[in-house]
Amino acid sequence: MQHTTSSAAPIVSLRDVQKSFGPLKVLDGVSFTVARGEVLALIGRSGSGKSTALRCIDHFETIDGGEITVCGRRVDAPDVDLRALRQDVGIVFQSYNLFPHLTIEQNITLAPRAVKRMPLTEAKALAREVLAQVGLEEKLHAYPEQLSGGQQQRAAIARSLAMQPKVMLFDEVTSALDPELTGEVLKVIERLAADGMTMVMVTHEMAFAKGIADHIVFMHRGKVHETGPASMLASPQTPELAQFVGTGL
Amino acid sequence: MGGHLNPNHLIFLGQGALWTIGLSAIALIGGGIVGFAVALARISPLKTLRLCSGAYVQIVQGTPLLVILFLGYFGLSAIGLSLSPLTAASASLSIYVAAYLGEIWRGAIQSVPKPQWEAAEGLALSRTQRMMMVILPQAVRIATPPTVGFMVQIVKNTSLASVVGFVELMRSGQIINNSLFEPFLIYAIIALVYFAMCYPLSLFSQRLERRMGRGRARLQPA
Repeated sequence: MQHTTSSAAPIVSLRDVQKSFGPLKVLDGVSFTVARGEVLALIGRSGSGKSTALRCIDHFETIDGGEITVCGRRVDAPDVDLRALRQDVGIVFQSYNLFPHLTIEQNITLAPRAVKRMPLTEAKALAREVLAQVGLEEKLHAYPEQLSGGQQQRAAIARSLAMQPKVMLFDEVTSALDPELTGEVLKVIERLAADGMTMVMVTHEMAFAKGIADHIVFMHRGKVHETGPASMLASPQTPELAQFVGTGL
Repeated sequence: MGGHLNPNHLIFLGQGALWTIGLSAIALIGGGIVGFAVALARISPLKTLRLCSGAYVQIVQGTPLLVILFLGYFGLSAIGLSLSPLTAASASLSIYVAAYLGEIWRGAIQSVPKPQWEAAEGLALSRTQRMMMVILPQAVRIATPPTVGFMVQIVKNTSLASVVGFVELMRSGQIINNSLFEPFLIYAIIALVYFAMCYPLSLFSQRLERRMGRGRARLQPA
């Protein structure tokens, strides 16, 4: 895929992002960048601000200060074109959020048809293609409630992929799953990474983050406390990360 | 005066019953259309719309239907706008029904889990698309049992239209009683006919509710 931005420019960049919920400062000067094809893992304790940082990228939270740029578009601009932004960004949630009244195929074809005006036959072919990517071709006509949690999450990933996003955001996508089902979802994400998808993920799976991430951002009290390549998990520089890694596994 | 209940009386009652059904249908359709707009206005991003629709609901729910009917029939004709009993009753009932259905449907829309909105938003759907394709189909499911239940109230409340001279079931009973003077018999018949109209609706509503209970898992996957 070739895009308008040059390959050197980051796909996602946060600079000095500030965000408060009332008196509580959840993001206090957060900065990081994600280059094309890179996988960035956001780790940290509950309440460290990692999920909020991720949600800010897709404008599910508005920020109080700083800059966020996604695919060359300023997300914090007051006149940001949200529908264009969200065609570039795919997001997958902890609770899957498949549409319960639609079959898996309809879940997947809904947005390409409604947003991109894709013809039905083309959208159906696309649904088959993305479901094959997550290993669920046989569930095309099933309803979400007929699927296991792991299958639902894979279907949700397929639904996002169908919009052909330039970057995928994963918000604790395995937190609601038991270890066995977690494994099947992580395998799908691994395959995406191998295919060169740009990804930002909030995760509690340290071993997985270590294995797949190009960069790790460890957040602590709304700040980027430590950042570096995946190997940093083996030799933490700060006591907070050491403690987190020690207890995180 | 006097005499006995004869087939002509029953035919007259039957016509009244048909008008009760007709008036209920008008109130349901008119109130449904306005009520849908009220429901959407109640959750609109525009504050003025929310406030206006909220005020409408509060005022109507805080006013007896009888007073609304009097206003629509006697009140409007006193200021020069004379409506037929049918028009006045239809309009008054629609106004009344819209306030209640609007609230029932607003609640149904808002009880669709919020992450469903977010998921639809994340897929770049516009607000209208999110509403039409994702939220409303789920809200309809939630809203159906209470809506059918409320239809029972509509059917019973049409009896109040008798006070503005509209000849529905209740009024036709009064007219017959005026000549026969057999209030117990006649009003017992009328009660029975109302029951025969309402009971199937109640049963249907209960059955829908039970089916909903099973379907709830569908709405909140977790």
